[in-house]
Amino acid sequence: MLQVISLLVENKPGALMRIAGFLTARGYNIESLTVARTLDPSLSRMTIVVDVDPSLREQVIKQMNKPVNVLQASDLTDTRSVVREMVLMKVRAPLEKRTAVLKEAEIFGARVIDSSLDGFALEATGDPEKLDEFIDIMRSYGEFEIARSGIVAMPLKTKKLRLAPPVPAGLNNMHITQGKAK
Amino acid sequence: MSSLMSGARMLLECLQREGVDCIFGYPGGATLTLYDALYDHPIHHVLMRHEQNACFAAQGYARSTGRVGVCCATSGPGATNLVTGLTNALMDSIPLVAITGQVISKLIGSDAFQEADTFGITRACTKHNYLIKKAEDLPAILHEAFYLAASGRPGPVLIDVPKDMFACQVHYAPVSTIRLPGYKMNIEGHAGQIRRAAEMIWQAEKPLVYAGGGIILSGASDELRELVETINAPAVLTLMGLGGLPSWHPNFVSMPGMHGSYAANMGMTHTDLLISLGVRFDDRVTGRLSAFAPHAKVIHVDIDPAEIGKNRAADLPIVGDLKHVLRSLCEALRELRPSMGELKAAARQAWNAQIAQWQQEHPLVPAVSDTEIKPQHVMKEIDRISDGRAIVASDVGQHQMWAAQFVRFHEPRLWLTSGGLGSMGFGLPAAIGAQIAHPDKLVFAVVGDGGFQMSIPELATLATYALPVKVVIVNNGYLGMVRQWQEMFYNNRICAVEIETFPDIEKLAGAYGFKGKTIESPYELAAALEEAVKDPGPYVLNVRVSPYENVYPMVPSGGALYEMVFGPPEPAAVPATK
Repeated sequence: MLQVISLLVENKPGALMRIAGFLTARGYNIESLTVARTLDPSLSRMTIVVDVDPSLREQVIKQMNKPVNVLQASDLTDTRSVVREMVLMKVRAPLEKRTAVLKEAEIFGARVIDSSLDGFALEATGDPEKLDEFIDIMRSYGEFEIARSGIVAMPLKTKKLRLAPPVPAGLNNMHITQGKAK
Repeated sequence: MSSLMSGARMLLECLQREGVDCIFGYPGGATLTLYDALYDHPIHHVLMRHEQNACFAAQGYARSTGRVGVCCATSGPGATNLVTGLTNALMDSIPLVAITGQVISKLIGSDAFQEADTFGITRACTKHNYLIKKAEDLPAILHEAFYLAASGRPGPVLIDVPKDMFACQVHYAPVSTIRLPGYKMNIEGHAGQIRRAAEMIWQAEKPLVYAGGGIILSGASDELRELVETINAPAVLTLMGLGGLPSWHPNFVSMPGMHGSYAANMGMTHTDLLISLGVRFDDRVTGRLSAFAPHAKVIHVDIDPAEIGKNRAADLPIVGDLKHVLRSLCEALRELRPSMGELKAAARQAWNAQIAQWQQEHPLVPAVSDTEIKPQHVMKEIDRISDGRAIVASDVGQHQMWAAQFVRFHEPRLWLTSGGLGSMGFGLPAAIGAQIAHPDKLVFAVVGDGGFQMSIPELATLATYALPVKVVIVNNGYLGMVRQWQEMFYNNRICAVEIETFPDIEKLAGAYGFKGKTIESPYELAAALEEAVKDPGPYVLNVRVSPYENVYPMVPSGGALYEMVFGPPEPAAVPATK
């Protein structure tokens, strides 16, 4: 089952590698992964879709909270959230089919971004299932190529961000937060 | 306040600020500048003979002291040689900081001489890792690394430092604050949950404490003892938890799991409340998970929330540091005692009697023979000399299990073993790290003949630093644990486990300038061990033990804990004639 995870991540070297690595190390398959800066340029928002057994969903979130650079990991699968994906496609459309292709594009709210004698380049945004349908239909017109963005998602209700407070440096050789050894 | 100094010097200043007195390492091209700075620096450098062993030694140091171990290697092969050690530290949650050299920044990505993508390679075997891009970042990153290594669930942290970062001159201003906003920790544990845990404990008829490495890491052995005594419940300690409760303690049962005792495994099977403390329900402990503790509710306390519910669902999870949680838990238990303490008193008395009966039915008794030395006999003798007080670093295999079964530990941080990863070659370097940290303590390296041969180069380290480590080789001429599995599960097809070729230990140790001895008779054993311990220097005692001894009890892989095997199969009964 697909699980949609939203991560707020510090923009630090290796953060992406670390997060992807944490998932693959536990045997979770990444279906899609998008990442870009937030309003605060030191932070990035990642949306990851993984294919896991529903019983493991909580464990996935716990694992995603572990990397030091992750500020927050939330499971959007069952929460109220908006989920969107974009697809770019090249549709081969000879003269006799052009009107039909444009009609379909209109139905799905796709935009024409390039037009040539060979056919069209289209851009469509929507929820992933709708895009699947659109892709299936356009495929029936013949030679076809697509690039999907992967899912971008946002919860509709903002979760409070809990951050770790700063700690003094240079005293950590002993367990300062934990019981001393002796 | 800031002063101009090299990156290398700055790194050493920061190490000193963290209280580091010694680092284990092996130099190379990329770390030359660091070693140049070490030349006239008070931090002591212990030169090992292999980077992997430097990493293991740092862990022996860390495990025996509770402080962060530090190891150091050069770029490329030096760094890749750390990988096994780092993975070992990650699996056993050992606080460790590894510093590796890297080719100069400009050459990164050019396949330069001795270049490896250390940052990428060690991602999966560290709690966190860093690649230094600016020398100015070094102090903040170093202090972060120590904080991450030691706090929360401890683990290894690696800092990869390009050669030019060691060399360049920068203004050093001590860092006062560490900012890691994403690194959240729960220390105290949820008060309501702790109270509920106390209620569950008083309501239980057959409570069992199942404590692991977390007790040692958190320094919570006093609190564990208090808990066990407050509720007078039996306690089992995992391989990583040995010493968390003194071995002499009347409530201590023994180790559970694949080679655990009958009483511990039956306790696990029949308990109605498993009080799990700093454990991770490892497959070697649980056996077949679906048949593990089938009647038990589970209280699970761990500082790492991802451990809770990972293998076994917890009925009552508590995320927090054990020392703090156990203190509050004992307090809650005492508060509730007047109203709840006697609820199940009779049932619990019967439960304790039941555990005692299981202990009597199948006690862990070391095999002893008067014709050959049984490996268990070796452990019993080490135990007699140690009396629960010596540091014992083990390697991995049959001897490790026998040591865990028969050597007692009255304090935490005496038993150093590679639990999670099970890396052969751990014992001797770990003992070196422990002896460096505790020059006056008796330190045994109890190793098999296989693992010993993986760490033979470190005999030179013993000689160099005149470390009085007592290396006891439990030598059966086999990779015994592998052979045991071939015998039991591969139709006795013994393949690639005979390692009869073994050096003459007297000559080998003599070549390094210290004493070694081989013994074969059980009547020599006690005296030989005593002689080794009395010797002021390093000593290697090669004990030829009976070659075919196997570790029992054993829960066959995939079996349930109650499906223990107590010994080799009986010879097939002769079928009755008609």
